[in-house]
Amino acid sequence: MNKLSRRKLITTGIAAAAGASGVAVAARLALRHGLIPPDGRGLYGAGETLTYAAQRILNRHAMAREFSRSQISASPFANEVDPLGAEFQRMQAAGFVDWRLVVDGMVARPTSFSVAEIKRFPTSSHITMIGCEEGWTYIGEWTGAPLSYLLDRVGTLPQARYVVYRSIQPDWWESIDMSDALHPQTLVAHRMNGGELPVPFGGPLRLRVPRQLGYKSVKYINHLTLTDNLKSFGKGLGGAAADGGYAWYAGI
Amino acid sequence: MNATSAVVPGAGEASTTSVRSAKEEKRHSALVRLTHWLTTIAFLALLISGGEIVLSHPRFYWGETGNVNMQPWLNLHLPSSRDTVPTGYGYVLPDQNGWSRYLHFQAAWLAVGTGLLYFLIGIFSGHFRRNLVPTLSELSFKGIVDSMIRHLRFERPRPEEAWSYNVLQRLTYLLVIFVLFPLMIWTGLAMSFGFDAAFPLAVQLLGGHQSARSLHFIVTILLVLFLLVHVGMIFVAGFRNRMRAMITGRATPPAE
Repeated sequence: MNKLSRRKLITTGIAAAAGASGVAVAARLALRHGLIPPDGRGLYGAGETLTYAAQRILNRHAMAREFSRSQISASPFANEVDPLGAEFQRMQAAGFVDWRLVVDGMVARPTSFSVAEIKRFPTSSHITMIGCEEGWTYIGEWTGAPLSYLLDRVGTLPQARYVVYRSIQPDWWESIDMSDALHPQTLVAHRMNGGELPVPFGGPLRLRVPRQLGYKSVKYINHLTLTDNLKSFGKGLGGAAADGGYAWYAGI
Repeated sequence: MNATSAVVPGAGEASTTSVRSAKEEKRHSALVRLTHWLTTIAFLALLISGGEIVLSHPRFYWGETGNVNMQPWLNLHLPSSRDTVPTGYGYVLPDQNGWSRYLHFQAAWLAVGTGLLYFLIGIFSGHFRRNLVPTLSELSFKGIVDSMIRHLRFERPRPEEAWSYNVLQRLTYLLVIFVLFPLMIWTGLAMSFGFDAAFPLAVQLLGGHQSARSLHFIVTILLVLFLLVHVGMIFVAGFRNRMRAMITGRATPPAE
């Protein structure tokens, strides 16, 4: 072995060692700052963790783009949902007076709210885009109570890290981290484009998370649970989409 | 003479080296070879997964919004993996978007990381200046047209091209590396709601979310065309020798 290749070998060795310890340090920092998503393991865990961590560092306080009233889509697409169950249809016929949104888990005062109560809460509106992972989009105006207002009201405990939210429809649930849960644009929406939120678009209540893809904006929500760990929900990946092979974090 | 050379230590070794280097010469640096194959892996993964994702909505729009209630500027008329898309086909393909999206973004990280490594080392090592930027004399109209004619006639490369790129190659590689790849990353990121929240200009400058998606598709087509010509030219220039050059870094000079 001549001098040059020995020097090359040593430099490459040092670079590789520095790279490996760099990755180890980055992983430890990511874990400490909650930058590892619940599906950050396995074959695609590295890419998923990089995406989630990078976006959380870049956009922790950023607002989803808002549009002018003239940009609201004339022909929004509701997407299809599974046939609505008998319980839903009974409540729909009665004007959703019996609909309750239960809030439990890591909160000081577990509560359930009626739709009428939620409509009396302070409202917030935004004209934002909803986009499906399939690629299509539309722009709409959503109005509702900020999720952060509800979480304040029930006294979220400081150790809570995720909000798990469930639809009345079977096997339809998702979760978001506190960055999205406390984000001012995250709404328990009950109005759309100036009218009642239509049932095909999620009425009576839809969680609207405009910094993520449409599948995180679950329709017909009736249950919120605050937790510090997603392991006990479904397969432990943080949502029905993730259990079905889709990414938990849908900011991309 | 014989006596002199016989007593010089290491003379035999030196002459073997010179014989070897006359036959086999360095064509591609380790950086170029490593980043070339990493990019190949990332590109194929992105292409396959991207194709799968397109099948869930094989229609393209301009502006911010587009969905099945709106008129697309381009309808690929392919079968779709969603029954909400009016394709005219009587069947729906299986949904593959879960793994396709996971793979797409993981491969995108690999492509971006490889690109950064290539870009940084390429600047400092002089690779761009030496191998990619054409000289002024090469940039003459006649020179470029001559080179085009030679390519169109599928002529084998000239001997000097065994060690360096011709002017058309240089211009094409510059276009792919400094225009098409960055456009691909930009249009891809511009489709991310989380990214656009932090950098709204990224999507606004492209004319909107659906415009970014359309441009992402158009640049894909350009890159696939490049890939076809690139692989075709390797066969014209001598597949074994060119592949060996990109794997081992060494190439055999063309027979005189």
